[in-house]
Amino acid sequence: MQDHIDTQIRAFIEPRFPGRSWTDDDDIFALGFVDSMFAMEVVMFVERTFEVTVPNDELHMDNFRSVRSMAALVRRISAGPRTGAVPA
Amino acid sequence: MTAGVEGRGTGPIKCVVWDLDNTLWDGVLLEDGEVTLRPGVAEVVRVLDERGILQSIASRNHGPAAIEQLERFGLRDYFLAPQIGWNSKSESVAAIAKSLNIGIDTLALIDDQPFEREEVAFSHPQVLCLDADEVVRIPEMPVFTPRFVTEDSRNRRSMYMGSELRDAAEREFGGTSDDFLATLDMTFSISAAAEADLRRAEELSVRTNQLNSTGVTYSYEELSAFARSSGHLLLVAGLEDRFGSYGKIGLALVERGAEIWTLKLLLMSCRVMSRGVGTVLLNHVMRLARDAGVRLQAEFLPNDRNRVMFVTYRFAGFQEVGARGELRILESDLGRIQDPPAYLTVRTG
Repeated sequence: MQDHIDTQIRAFIEPRFPGRSWTDDDDIFALGFVDSMFAMEVVMFVERTFEVTVPNDELHMDNFRSVRSMAALVRRISAGPRTGAVPA
Repeated sequence: MTAGVEGRGTGPIKCVVWDLDNTLWDGVLLEDGEVTLRPGVAEVVRVLDERGILQSIASRNHGPAAIEQLERFGLRDYFLAPQIGWNSKSESVAAIAKSLNIGIDTLALIDDQPFEREEVAFSHPQVLCLDADEVVRIPEMPVFTPRFVTEDSRNRRSMYMGSELRDAAEREFGGTSDDFLATLDMTFSISAAAEADLRRAEELSVRTNQLNSTGVTYSYEELSAFARSSGHLLLVAGLEDRFGSYGKIGLALVERGAEIWTLKLLLMSCRVMSRGVGTVLLNHVMRLARDAGVRLQAEFLPNDRNRVMFVTYRFAGFQEVGARGELRILESDLGRIQDPPAYLTVRTG
């Protein structure tokens, strides 16, 4: 499961920075300018892919900075009560 | 109970589908040009929304003109999956139920024309059909009165809109790489608001919901007073690229205290979201505050639509430090301020 999370995050980052090399610990925000759209995109990616809602106090750049930090965030939130389901 | 209610079950209505001409507003948009909201309609729309009842539109009309008119009335955001075109109303109603993933027996149609109500009732006898004259009675009718109004029901529309926003964000991102943006040759200009900017500033403040940090709207007179006040900074941002000007697309209102500056309002037009410029105005204000040697706080009032603004603040390094009434107070330590992106020329002053 853990590998699965990492793989999905890598697959999200890959096309955003074509031709650049980076590791799971690298700061993806250092690879380009972080504008509102990209920030929202990253948050939405996490929420949608892993079916979680990122609470306000976790909405912090540090939690989305690298594959490792995003994966840690997903595991941390998933451990809590599940929210954010799409309304029926 | 009305005849219509007897014709269907008595389960609660989850979505109210409005006709437009002579129902939501008086007049026929394409013939009269000028239309006015029917008395009591706006209040009913808001009451239903607060109760967690979704709302949509089934109208034979010209889509863009009708949407623009709804925006002018400040009601656009209340309607999900609007069906505006030349389809039959029975098709439109079915499309809405499908789009919102709710049973067609939970829909109500409000339409002034008996023909349209009959046509819908014939195909979908489970749909509650009401005449436009009955609108003001709606809040008292049991089928429109949920037994409980929960947090979930109050947030219902925003959940639907959130998923729409997610979809849009994903689609938009596809073509927007730094390389593509670099080809646009964009210039972002930031200046103190001049008299000539104020009407547009007012319009931006009224129309821009998603990217408004407090949801507060300001009148021309208020903005004019801020523009002349020495205790305030009112900045407008414009954008142009090789295809032409986008016009004024951003607004920032800063209250300049001796030790703390407060961002009372930060807003960006949705039109430029995909251009990678959403954060530039905020970074500029952060730089001004740092150069002035003051602390920088920002007021934020969460609403259904402005989460992207909250994300913008948080990713710019703002932390929640307190609250004033419903307003959250965010503060940045100004320790890390991004330079403008390489694909953008920023002009200030």
